[in-house]
Amino acid sequence: MSELSKLTISAARDALRKGDVTSLELTESCLSDIEGAGALNAFVHHTPDLARDQAKAADERIRGGDAPDMCGIPLGIKDLFCTRGVPSQAASAILNGFRPEYESTVTQNLFDAGAVMLGKLNMDEFAMGSSNETSCYGNAVNPWRRGNDEAALTPGGSSGGSASAVAADLCLAATGTDTGGSIRQPAAFTGITGIKPTYGRCSRWGIVAFASSLDQAGPMTKDVRDAAIMLEAMCSHDPKDSTSVDIPVPDFEAMLTGDVKGKVIGIPREYHMEGMPEEIEKLWSDGTAMLRDAGAEIRDISLPHTKYALPAYYVIAPAEASSNLARYDGVRYGHRAKLEQGDGITEMYEKTRAEGFGDEVKRRVMVGTYVLSAGFYDAYYNRARKVRTLIKRDFEQVFGDGVDAILTPATPSSAFGLGEMKDADPVQMYLNDVFTVTVNLAGLPGISVPAGLDKQGLPLGLQLIGRPWEEGDLLNTAYALEQAAGFVAKPGKWW
Amino acid sequence: MSIDKDTAAKVAKLARIRVEEDALPALAQEFNDILGFIEQLAEVDVEGVEPMTGVTPMRLKRREDVVTEGGMPDKILSNAPDAREGFFAVPKVVE
Repeated sequence: MSELSKLTISAARDALRKGDVTSLELTESCLSDIEGAGALNAFVHHTPDLARDQAKAADERIRGGDAPDMCGIPLGIKDLFCTRGVPSQAASAILNGFRPEYESTVTQNLFDAGAVMLGKLNMDEFAMGSSNETSCYGNAVNPWRRGNDEAALTPGGSSGGSASAVAADLCLAATGTDTGGSIRQPAAFTGITGIKPTYGRCSRWGIVAFASSLDQAGPMTKDVRDAAIMLEAMCSHDPKDSTSVDIPVPDFEAMLTGDVKGKVIGIPREYHMEGMPEEIEKLWSDGTAMLRDAGAEIRDISLPHTKYALPAYYVIAPAEASSNLARYDGVRYGHRAKLEQGDGITEMYEKTRAEGFGDEVKRRVMVGTYVLSAGFYDAYYNRARKVRTLIKRDFEQVFGDGVDAILTPATPSSAFGLGEMKDADPVQMYLNDVFTVTVNLAGLPGISVPAGLDKQGLPLGLQLIGRPWEEGDLLNTAYALEQAAGFVAKPGKWW
Repeated sequence: MSIDKDTAAKVAKLARIRVEEDALPALAQEFNDILGFIEQLAEVDVEGVEPMTGVTPMRLKRREDVVTEGGMPDKILSNAPDAREGFFAVPKVVE
């Protein structure tokens, strides 16, 4: 592994500006590391030619002075983002061969800032999963292992390829998306930083839709400073997404002072889950102590509807998915099933979708269809939307009482083995998102920061939840936590 | 609430996903596991609570009612599994 791909965005930016390194050198270093990391199955579509062209253009821009922070930074892009002329298939066989004629707003923003795309990253199919095991490309693998045990572990999901690639230093950072925890859970499983901004901060245009009222893009990076830099480049108001907000994007990096004196940090009692591993409890109390020592005021709070977040999510997200995924019908793009003599259009739809969708996607589309169907709409879908209102109200009340941020564990466990959940019922897998899903339902910003290792040597993360639109303040609190935790461990290279 | 094989078949039909007859019992069981989990929502007192429509309290932006993009049938059709003479082609819909 070369040293260049290990750089953070901020270190690379400074080195690029000083002329100590070129974007082409950074890019070549990442490309060769990607080449040697097939065992991680993180990159699923490689774009080396595009990367070299973008790197050369970035180098020219940097030489001209006045280049943005992201200029010349090599990134991996989650396969959920539509990238012009480059396969973009949301890790689904139903989008086999799809090459968009357009660019997602987030990737366009990054490219406008001079960023370099190394390729597309593995993920759960249509972002539905918490272990990257539902991908049509096969599992992405976590670069971390349990000591000398060679068992392959999940990098988490759905942004599993992004997490694996960043943790293994195959790229400087990656894009992710988060509908119920898909940035924060994999970040926690791989010892990296991931932030989901407030709903509406990043345009959803050109990102393959899963559950439109919950989906948000965000950066997955090696530290909090990088998250601040990259998030700023991703955010924008976009007339093509009617839910994208038209407010200024602050200079998030400039807000990283590390000073949290007088900030009020809430510790929600409902997040003490029954059966939660001792180590997670300890990590959480250690994190609480760190923020207290840094001068923050710690306050016990209650978010009474927490318990109902996952069940509400598993009504709302599948309902929206069943609507969004209706477009995969074998007509306009992607896969179409081979038809028998006499098959009509209905057979074409049914066979195409049966062949193109994986089991988890089918399951969620059908659950969504059921909860939206006549006779059940009120009992399930409308009730879930009312519970969502209550969940959001819980947060509004604690923020109204003066809480600045909320500290919780990011996940209920460290990374588990690939295949370990094979025989569990789907609900067991859903429990992975128990600490993260409330944040999507309430539309809030949430960040996962690596904070320690468990006794198997695997990373664990803490989550901070902020007030809407106050990502800058949230990142600063995360920065203080990061400095206090001093997490520097890296996975040993075996791949 | 328990979902039987026939309900599973009906849902699959509504979702336009072909499910083979012998796969229906397992599918019905999965639905029951998930719906059993969702049932907890019945415990919550939602009397007088408005169902959420948008998580961000903001007015949707309006724009001029004008054509912004278009005139690119080749691009629109470039990913189609079957396109002919400037159209998407599908099996016969009307007899």
